[in-house]
Amino acid sequence: MSRSNGAHSSRHTIVALLQDHPGALNRAVSLFRRRGYNICSVNVGPSEVDGISRVTLTVDADDVNPVVQQLDRLVEIVRVNNVTTLPRLERETALVRVRAADTRAEIAAIVAACSGRVLDVSADSMMVEQTATPREIDDFIELLRPYGIEELSRSGCIAMVRPPRNPITD
Amino acid sequence: MSGLLATETDRRADAHAPTAAPRTGAQIMCEALVRAGVDVIFGIPGGAIMPFYHALPEYPGLRHVLCRHEQGAGHAAEGYARASGKVGVCVATSGPGATNLVTPISDAWMDSTPMVAITGQVSSPFLGRDAFQETDITGIVLPITKHCYLVKDIHDLPRVFAEAFHLANTGRKGPVLIDVTKDVQQTRAVPVWDVHFDLPGYGGPAQLQMDGIREAAILLDQAEKPLIMAGSGVIWSDGHDALRALAEKTGIPVITTLHGKGAFPDDHPLALGMPGMHGWVHVNRALQECDLLLNVGGRFDDRVTGKTSTFAPHAQIIHVDIDATEFGKSIRVDVPIHGDAKEVLLALVEEVQPRRADAWFAHIEALREKHEPKQTYRKRPAGAGLMPPDVYAAFNRMARERPCKVITDVGQHQMWAAQLIEWSTPRSHITSGGSGTMGFSVPAALGAALACPDEVIWVICGDGGFQMTNQEIATMVQEGVRNVRIAIINNGYLGMVRQWQELFENRRYSSTPLTGPDFAQLANAYGVLGVRVESPEEVDGVLSRAWDHDGVAVIDFRVEREVNVFPIVPQGSGIGDMLVEVGVQA
Repeated sequence: MSRSNGAHSSRHTIVALLQDHPGALNRAVSLFRRRGYNICSVNVGPSEVDGISRVTLTVDADDVNPVVQQLDRLVEIVRVNNVTTLPRLERETALVRVRAADTRAEIAAIVAACSGRVLDVSADSMMVEQTATPREIDDFIELLRPYGIEELSRSGCIAMVRPPRNPITD
Repeated sequence: MSGLLATETDRRADAHAPTAAPRTGAQIMCEALVRAGVDVIFGIPGGAIMPFYHALPEYPGLRHVLCRHEQGAGHAAEGYARASGKVGVCVATSGPGATNLVTPISDAWMDSTPMVAITGQVSSPFLGRDAFQETDITGIVLPITKHCYLVKDIHDLPRVFAEAFHLANTGRKGPVLIDVTKDVQQTRAVPVWDVHFDLPGYGGPAQLQMDGIREAAILLDQAEKPLIMAGSGVIWSDGHDALRALAEKTGIPVITTLHGKGAFPDDHPLALGMPGMHGWVHVNRALQECDLLLNVGGRFDDRVTGKTSTFAPHAQIIHVDIDATEFGKSIRVDVPIHGDAKEVLLALVEEVQPRRADAWFAHIEALREKHEPKQTYRKRPAGAGLMPPDVYAAFNRMARERPCKVITDVGQHQMWAAQLIEWSTPRSHITSGGSGTMGFSVPAALGAALACPDEVIWVICGDGGFQMTNQEIATMVQEGVRNVRIAIINNGYLGMVRQWQELFENRRYSSTPLTGPDFAQLANAYGVLGVRVESPEEVDGVLSRAWDHDGVAVIDFRVEREVNVFPIVPQGSGIGDMLVEVGVQA
């Protein structure tokens, strides 16, 4: 899903508040499409303000700031930040259905070690969940891969910038 | 459904206006236009917009101009906006009517022209079902509008129309599309005109950034080789007097971009001319040598900058723009100043010290003498008949005595007009710049003619562009428009493409030779004056006759076929690398 966009491209995380209107998300993501940038993940849901959604986008691009400026210009975008270099917390949830017949105990041990959860067990598979940073989820999935992943769904990264530790000096 | 809606609305509206009667959505649309100050709209009816057209005769203050093609209606709205400074309005039905507006909407987007486009849409229950003449027009214009609306609730109409005009005409101007489903046009409600904008993400007017202005003023005081470059932002903000005051207080020479033509008088001693791909040599040299460049209301278009990495390499750059998105988009900026061009210019005039830049100006004058502008156009091949510069020279002479507006199309004739006509007043030069839309000029002239009925509106276009949209002459005739004159610089080629093929593609004239009808006879068929001119001796007489003619006139100037626009910076080169003749570098 994530595809490189050139020699200098790197992963950027962008957080935007936008009006909860039909087409608003379309306008926002369209600005990446226009430049041929591939969006790696997008998560959208209600924010703390009624009628305003919070979007977290991760994208591989060589220079994402011109797009951030153009996002800011969109009428329905209330605020947008490139948080890539800011201290922040990132979380993502993955649901994984992994093949499991005589390996249930092993898988359950991996899931427990990774602070995940077993959600469902059937005759030949298990459904497990993990909520962690995107990188930890990458690792979690790699641990499960040898057992045979039958279905994978990731929520996309959500991010929140940490307030300054010392608001007086920061 | 509509009955329920009306009852509910009646109750809601009672609080505001107990006597108000329910109106159809179509009537509310018309009234919203009247309230926005609209007096002319350009359009074509069709199924999904028929309720709007049904209501229209009840609003005699709204003059509807029936165009021959929706593209014409869109360009006419642009011409109206550019000539008047007001919002241009065009109307079309769903499907092909709406898609025919896409080209002018894109043109208005690129050139920051305030426009509201209204389209009918299939009734809301049919949305997304591939109904007859259904096109997802809001999806199509998403990336080429400042904003667009799909209206599915009649109660939204007053707010949506008010927001659309506000968005189109504030900040960086641009096109806004309103797509209204047919059932919304047909249903009834009592409109509530006391609307509240729902635009939390749309900034108000930029605060004057005095820090940046003071920093800029210090740079302007200290620079040894300063330049001012004026773009269309100066014209949209009515900042031409402030620009002149700044130039005269500082002695700093002024460059005007294609869309900045008219922001600073070409006959002013400090006027240098146009930069870029077809700019004069001394202008581009000055840009490459300057130590400070103040760009006011221009966006560093690639036709201005050439290769960006070598543009103005020694300059500190001050960029004044109403759209902060422009800062650093193409060219690094040392001092960005976000704001209205006129307000910033006025503040700068206050902050700068009076100064001169005589040595620098003398140096540019020496460059101008060495690389004399127009030199290539003074050469006359043996046996040549009518040369394009013959037409422009005569036109320029006459235009000094008879003020007019000029609408140009796209191509060689457009660059000759920018180079060879002295522009002195704002809004006198109207063209399709960013989008380069051939076919812009004739319909844009229709709009300009209605915006400025007391002025003569000249079209200068090529035979290629003329053949794309000349059907709007029929609209002019039907509407009784009498103040448009059309000069076709007819060389039987798509001339600018042919020129590139000559210079850069070894004269392989692939699909550029072009025939056409006898344009004078075509004009006669439309019921307007048509004249053909084939020799230089005829130019003055025919131009003068057309100017004084009481009605639309078309002049077919049959010019020498392979004349080039010079200088030219080959695409991809720096603006210092200019050809002034075939095979001759400046």
